[in-house]
Amino acid sequence: MVKTLERPAETTSASGLARQRRRSALAFLAPMVVVLVLVAFAPLARSLWLSLTDAKIDNLSGQFVGLSNYVGEYGLFFTGDGWIDPRWATAVGNTLRFAVVSVAIETVLALAVALMLDTEFRGRSLVTAAVLVPWAVPTVVSAKLWDWMLQQQFGVVNLALAQLGYERIAFTTEYPMWSVVLVDVWKTTPFMALLILAALKMLPRDCYEAARVDGVHPVKVFLRVTLPLIRPALAVAVIFRLLDALRVFDVIYVLTGSTESTISMSGFVRDQMFENGDVGFGSAASTVLFIVIAACTLAYMKVARVRAGEGA
Amino acid sequence: MAELVFDNVSKRYGKGAEVLRDIDLSIAQGEFCVFIGPSGCGKSTMLRMIAGLEDISAGELRIGGQRVNEMAPSERGIAMVFQSYALYPHMTVYENLAFGLKVRKADRAAIDQKVRNAARALQLDGLLERLPRELSGGQRQRVAIGRAIVREPRVFLFDEPLSNLDAELRVQTRLEIARLHAGMPGTTMIYVTHDQVEAMTLADKIVLLNSGDAVQREGSVAQFGAPLDLYHHPANRFVAGFIGSPKMNFIDAELESATPHEALARAGGTAFVARVDAAGSPRGTRIALGIRPEHAVLGGVAGQPNTLAGTVAFVEQLGESTCVHVRLDGGLLFTVRERGDARNRVGETVTVRCDPADVHVFRADGRSFARTRDAAAPQALARA
Amino acid sequence: MRGHMRRFAFRVFVALVVGFALFPFGFAVFTSFLGGNALYDLRDVEASSFGIANYRALFESGQYFGQSILNSLQVAATVVGLSLLLGVTAAYALGRIAFRGRGLLLMAILAVSMFPQVAVMAGMYELMHALGLYNRTLGLVLPYMLFTLPFTVWVLTTFMRDLPRELEEAAVMDGCSPWRILVSVFLPLLWPVLVSVGLLAFVAAWNEFLFALTFVNQDAGRTVPVAISLIGGGATSRELPWGKLMAASVLVTLPLVAMVLVFQKKIVAGLTAGAIKG
Repeated sequence: MVKTLERPAETTSASGLARQRRRSALAFLAPMVVVLVLVAFAPLARSLWLSLTDAKIDNLSGQFVGLSNYVGEYGLFFTGDGWIDPRWATAVGNTLRFAVVSVAIETVLALAVALMLDTEFRGRSLVTAAVLVPWAVPTVVSAKLWDWMLQQQFGVVNLALAQLGYERIAFTTEYPMWSVVLVDVWKTTPFMALLILAALKMLPRDCYEAARVDGVHPVKVFLRVTLPLIRPALAVAVIFRLLDALRVFDVIYVLTGSTESTISMSGFVRDQMFENGDVGFGSAASTVLFIVIAACTLAYMKVARVRAGEGA
Repeated sequence: MAELVFDNVSKRYGKGAEVLRDIDLSIAQGEFCVFIGPSGCGKSTMLRMIAGLEDISAGELRIGGQRVNEMAPSERGIAMVFQSYALYPHMTVYENLAFGLKVRKADRAAIDQKVRNAARALQLDGLLERLPRELSGGQRQRVAIGRAIVREPRVFLFDEPLSNLDAELRVQTRLEIARLHAGMPGTTMIYVTHDQVEAMTLADKIVLLNSGDAVQREGSVAQFGAPLDLYHHPANRFVAGFIGSPKMNFIDAELESATPHEALARAGGTAFVARVDAAGSPRGTRIALGIRPEHAVLGGVAGQPNTLAGTVAFVEQLGESTCVHVRLDGGLLFTVRERGDARNRVGETVTVRCDPADVHVFRADGRSFARTRDAAAPQALARA
Repeated sequence: MRGHMRRFAFRVFVALVVGFALFPFGFAVFTSFLGGNALYDLRDVEASSFGIANYRALFESGQYFGQSILNSLQVAATVVGLSLLLGVTAAYALGRIAFRGRGLLLMAILAVSMFPQVAVMAGMYELMHALGLYNRTLGLVLPYMLFTLPFTVWVLTTFMRDLPRELEEAAVMDGCSPWRILVSVFLPLLWPVLVSVGLLAFVAAWNEFLFALTFVNQDAGRTVPVAISLIGGGATSRELPWGKLMAASVLVTLPLVAMVLVFQKKIVAGLTAGAIKG
C-alpha cells in the first residue's frame, strides 16, 4: 500500500475531524492511565511517604519521622557505627556483584549462541527451539531444578563428581552466589541471545562476503566488523539486563532463602517489611533501590538521547 | 441538487504560509471536474478538504448549497476512491462493498441489492467472495470504485486512481471511468491527477493549480475552464506550458506594433505576426511568443515573417508522429511535431514556420493577450 | 583441514549448548518418574523404579497443587485479557492520534517498566487491603498490570503506528467512529501481534513470584510458583521430597515449553519488537 509522504501521519489542524479524534483519544487512554496510576505511581508515592514514617505492618499509619529511616542510628546510612548499615551493605554488595557477574557471563555466552544461530546449518530451527526452553521454564522451577541437580548428597552433578573420584560439593551452601549466577545465566541467556540475533540479522551481508573473499580469519571478522556494528543494540540489551538484574528477587530467594550471604536489595526490602514488619524502614530501602535504578536509567537515556514518538 | 462551491477558500498548516489560497470555484451538478497541477500544488489537499479529511482554514465550502466546513465526512454525501484503493484486507469483496452501509445500519436486504447492483455494473460478480490480496490491480481498482458507488453519493472523489496501474490497464480503466460518469448523470465527479491525458479526455472542466511563489502572487487557481479552453486560450504562460505535450515553445521578443486584431513583434532577427489583441501596449514592450509543436512545420523561406532557421539537434520517432528538436540560430531549442514518416537527420539545416493564428503572445508577467482568431473550442469566446 | 576442524568444533559447540539448555528439564522429566531408592542413587535404577507415584502424590487430598494450577490459569488468563483490552485502546490513541504530551506519556509508561517491584510493595499492600483484594487469588491481577501494561502498550503502539493511514480514512469516509475503526478494521489486522503479546503476558503472569508470595497467604489460593516453592513445607534441601518436586515442575513447565515450541516465531517476534523499539 502506498503511504503518501507529504503530510504528517495525523491531522494536527483543529477541524471537526481532528478535534473529534483528540476527544476520543482521551476516552481511549483513560482506562489504561487510571490503572497505571493505580498500580504504579500511587503505590510508589505511598511507599515514598511511608519511608518517612515509622509505619509497621499492623499499623500502617505511623508517625512522621523525617529521614531517620535513611540516615542516623536506625537508618540505612551513617548509622554511627559506619557509613552504611551492615545488612543493607551486604544486600547492596550482593546485588551489585550478582548483576555484574551474571550479565557479563550472559553477554559473552549469548554472543556465542547468537553467532551460532546466525549461521546456517541443518536443524537450526530445532536448535533455536531448544535454546528457548530455559526461557520458558518458570524462574522458581529453574531454581528448584538446579537445586536438585546440585544437591550435595543426591544431585546428579555431585554423583558425577563422585564417580570421577572428586569430592562432593555443597554448591548452594558453600558457593551460594555462584549457584545463583549459574541459574540466572541458564535462564536468561536465551533472551539475550535472541536480542543479539535480531541485531545480527539486520546487518548487511555484503561485509561478510567481502571479508570471506579477502580470506579474513572469522575471529577477526567478528572483532573488527560484527562487534562494532552491533555495539548499539548490544549496549541497549546489556543496559536493560543490568537494570533488570539490580531488581533480582526470585532466583535468590528460592535457591538460598533469606540468607545474608546472598540476599538481594529486593530481598532485603521484603524481609524488612513482611518478616520484621518494619514497613517504614523497608520502604526507605526500596526507595533507595528505585532511585539507583532511576538514576542509571536517566543517565543512560541522556547519553543515548532516546526519543520516543514526539507528539504534537 | 449537488453543486460544489469553493467560496474564497484557503488553507494553511499551523502558522505557516498558506498552501492554498483564493480559491473561488463553482462546479455544476453532474460535471466531471479534474484538479491538476505540478507536484506540491495542493490538488490532493483540495480533494481531501472536500472529503472532510483536511480542515478549511478560511472561506466556505458548500455542497448542494449547504455549508459543510464542520460536517463529518460521512455526512457530506460523498464517496472517495483512494490512490492505493484502501480496501479492507481482511474482508471479502462483498464485505468491502457492504461495509459502509452496514455501519449506517441499513437493512440487510437493501445492502445485498445495492452491493450486487454495483458488482454487476463493474463486472465483479464472480469475485464477491474473494479477498483483496487475491485480486489483480485492476480488479482492486474496481472494488474501490464499487465501494463508492454503493453509497450513492452526490459527489464522487477520485484521488489519482490510475497511477498504480500499468499503461495498458490505465487506458482501459480510463474508459471505464468515462463510461461510469456517462451512466450516472447528476453525479458530480472530482478527479485528481498529474496526468494531462486523463485530464483532457475525462474532464468537463479543469482546475489547473499553481505551485510555489505563484500561489502567493496569484492565488492557487491558475485557470478554471473546459479542457479545450485551456488549450486554445490559456490565461498565462504557466497554463500554456502545462497543457499540451510536447510542451509549447516560448520565444522572447519585443512588441513592434499592435492593433485589436494583430500584433507585430521581433524576436532576434525574425519578424512575427500574431493574431492577438495587444492594443494599448507600447512599442518595445517585452513579450514572449508561444507556438505549440503541433502548430509548427518544417519548411519555409528563411527571412520571411514567422520563419526561423536552425539545425536539427535530436529526432524522436514515435511512429504516429516525429518530434524534431531544432537548435535555432539564437541557441534556443525548438520542438516541431512532424508526421510519422518524416525523415529528418541530426545536423540537417532546416527552417521552421508557423501560422500567425497559431502564435500565442504573453506579457512579461506571464499573462496572455487575448487571441482574436477563433479556435476550434466550442466554448471559446471570440473577442472583437 | 582447518575447515574440518572448524566444522567439528562448531558441532561440538552446538551440542554443548543444546545439552546445557535441555539437560536440566530433561533430567527433571526423567527423575519425576523415579520412585524409591533409585531417586537418591542413580546407580540403583532399574526398570521397576519407574512409575507415576510422584504425580499421584501431587493430587492427593490435602495437597493444593491441582488447585494452584487452576489459580494460576485464572489469574494469567484474566491478566492477558485485561492487558490486551487496555493496551489496544491506549495504543490506538498513542499510535494514531497526535496530542500534546504524547511523547511524555510514552516515556512515563516506559519508566514504569523500570520500577523495581519492591518499590510499590508497601503502597500496593495497602491498596489491596483497601479494595478487598488481599489474600484473594484473582486480586493478583491488579498488581500484575504493573509489568504487563508497559510492554503491551509499547509493542501495540508501534504496530498501530505502522497501519496505513488511507485504510483509516476509508473507514472514516464509511462513517466509522474511532471505536468502530479499531474493532472492525485494525484489530483483525493486528491479531498476530495480539497473540505474541498475549503469550508474553501469559508467561509473565504465570511465572510471577514476589507478589504471589506476599499477597496471598492461604494455601488454597496460591499460584503455581509459590506452591512449588512450598512443596515439602520449606524443609532443608536434604529432606525435600525431590520426586514430587520434579513431578510438579514438569507439570507446570510442560505447557509452557509446548507453547514456546509451537509459537516459537511469534514469541521471538514479540520479544524482539518490544526490546528493539523499547
